[in-house]
Amino acid sequence: MFDKILFGVGAASGLYLVRNLYTMLMVLPDEAAQGMIYRIMFFHIPSWWTCFICFFIAGAASGYSIAKKNFRADSLAVAATEVGLAFTFVGLATGMIWAKIIWGIWWTWDARLTWAFITALTYAAYLMMRNMIPDPNERMRVSGALNVFSFASVVICYKAIDWWRTQHPGAVMSFRTGGGNIDPAMEGMTYQNLFAFLMLCLVLVTVRLRQEESLRTLEGMRRLAFTRQRIAVLG
Amino acid sequence: MLRMSWTIFLKDVRMEFRGKEALNASLAFALVVLILFSFAFDPTSEQIREITGGLLWILFAFSGVLLVNRSFVREQSNDCLDVLLVSKVPASSLLLGKTMANLVFILLVEAVCLPVFSVLYNISMFQLPLWLLGVCLLASWAIAILGTAFAAMTVNLRLRELMLPVMLYPMIIPALAAAMYLTNNIAAGKVPVGDDLIWVRLLVGFNVIFTTLSLGLIDTILVD
Amino acid sequence: MAVLEAKKVSKFFGHFPALRDLTFAFKAGDCIALLGRNGAGKTTLLHLMAGLTRPTDGSLEIARRVSLLGHGIGVYDELSARENLQFFANLLPVKVDVEVWLEKVNLREVAGAPLREYSRGMRQRLALARTFMGEPELLLLDEPFTSLDDKATALLQSLLAEALARQATVVLSTHQIPEAMAHASRILFLERGKLRYFGPCPDEMLGDSTWIYRTYGAVS
Repeated sequence: MFDKILFGVGAASGLYLVRNLYTMLMVLPDEAAQGMIYRIMFFHIPSWWTCFICFFIAGAASGYSIAKKNFRADSLAVAATEVGLAFTFVGLATGMIWAKIIWGIWWTWDARLTWAFITALTYAAYLMMRNMIPDPNERMRVSGALNVFSFASVVICYKAIDWWRTQHPGAVMSFRTGGGNIDPAMEGMTYQNLFAFLMLCLVLVTVRLRQEESLRTLEGMRRLAFTRQRIAVLG
Repeated sequence: MLRMSWTIFLKDVRMEFRGKEALNASLAFALVVLILFSFAFDPTSEQIREITGGLLWILFAFSGVLLVNRSFVREQSNDCLDVLLVSKVPASSLLLGKTMANLVFILLVEAVCLPVFSVLYNISMFQLPLWLLGVCLLASWAIAILGTAFAAMTVNLRLRELMLPVMLYPMIIPALAAAMYLTNNIAAGKVPVGDDLIWVRLLVGFNVIFTTLSLGLIDTILVD
Repeated sequence: MAVLEAKKVSKFFGHFPALRDLTFAFKAGDCIALLGRNGAGKTTLLHLMAGLTRPTDGSLEIARRVSLLGHGIGVYDELSARENLQFFANLLPVKVDVEVWLEKVNLREVAGAPLREYSRGMRQRLALARTFMGEPELLLLDEPFTSLDDKATALLQSLLAEALARQATVVLSTHQIPEAMAHASRILFLERGKLRYFGPCPDEMLGDSTWIYRTYGAVS
């Protein structure tokens, strides 16, 4: 039953994305200054928000897992981190395509971009580190602590935009500017795509979470079998 | 608790000065890189003034990692870490003592490299000695505290020499960037004022946040 | 009063149960032999008693002053014998005269030399001094007799007798039954993480080293 619901949500998010794509391409007009490429923002902005939400969940779950020694929270942390990292790459790729067309360059060392890159590296290190620790308890403690550190650096990342001189377009969403900078139809589109992304994210995180749980069960069973075998051999 | 940190600090410093293995290796590495710099750009041009801070702090971060990497390996050879924890040494005292020792080692490497750099590249680094000392202390503390905490995380890994820098560098970038900027100013003889002070605030804030986090999390890292 | 009290203590590594539902208490002056095959959970239990790991479930109360002699000898090769003992003495809550202990383990003449120049037996004697100084209430010794030379064995035996005389609690983990029997007043037998026997040394064990495995072991 749970599988079916999960599959249903996944399919719904796919359909929703297709429907959004149709609206974007066929209904909404080109933007005055940027022409048609502005549409990539409907993917760029929501993917950043999704990845921030993922990293926030991962940080909170890691904190909980090390405080309460909770393995499920640890699994959630790694699932959310992996999905968040995927959305980080979507955000980076879409941002680079947009920058190539509008600014004429693939990459610029502006604060947000630099920090996005650093964030990706930080979480990649977390995932690498996890794979190197065989003992599940140690893995939870050490990688949980590392994730909390990583989240702290991501927070500094978000603040950093105020400290560096930046080439990144300023805030356009009405809740940050008080309205007027963006056409309501376009803003609505962004939120709709965000919703679709979040649905997709939910499905992916759930799937990864269950994989991680099964992996842990398997690890425990393997170790148990190994001990029994050793006892049988040694007599 | 601070008394225990002090005991650990003295022990680490004494052990390192007995063999000087990490210190010598780190110093030799730093000097080699200082020479290598001269091939990366024209060592006589004025351009070098603009990248002084960058060069120096990349150098210090790299040689610093060589030093902090040893920190927990020292405890591992005869299971001494277990004995310390059984003796009811709080993990945070242990981290604090080791961080102080690493800070001293990093500062020593800096104390050798800064004059050598000054002479080799004809840049006087000591026009503002107090500012230089302050920046070195703050940024070296950032390397030492995060480096030592991460050294505790990686000590059981097979690839610890590789993993430590991979984990450490992305996270200390804000501190290093601030140190680079301030060191550039100091090398040019400019006292940081006005907007530049935000970099000092960044360094201090970074140290406060990550020192608190490290001291809070180290018990989780070391004790199962 | 109990020096150590375990109530329904379990320890899991992930989903693997290393110890399950252990309940026992040690009194002052007890000498307990921790028996069991490889992988039965002896080392995990010692680490729990040492406070190096914490139980997943249950409660464990431990005496304040615990001392551990593990597989690694727990002294620094770069420091001299005197510096080693002084360092560990500084971490203790009580004042300890390091010179007395150097004399006791017969290392006084060489106390200034770094440890890496010592012979194996000398290092072991230093480790014994490190473990027994400061009058710990609970002594945890992980296979202490393995690979000791004659002098160190004699020293360990006299130190053990001394500690027991002042009502310290000693836990010896071993799988050499005769040695355990020579000192232990009680036996704690583990198998696959479960407590199978805890009580006084049964007479049947004298001269029959596999008796406890045959009688209380679940797998033969």
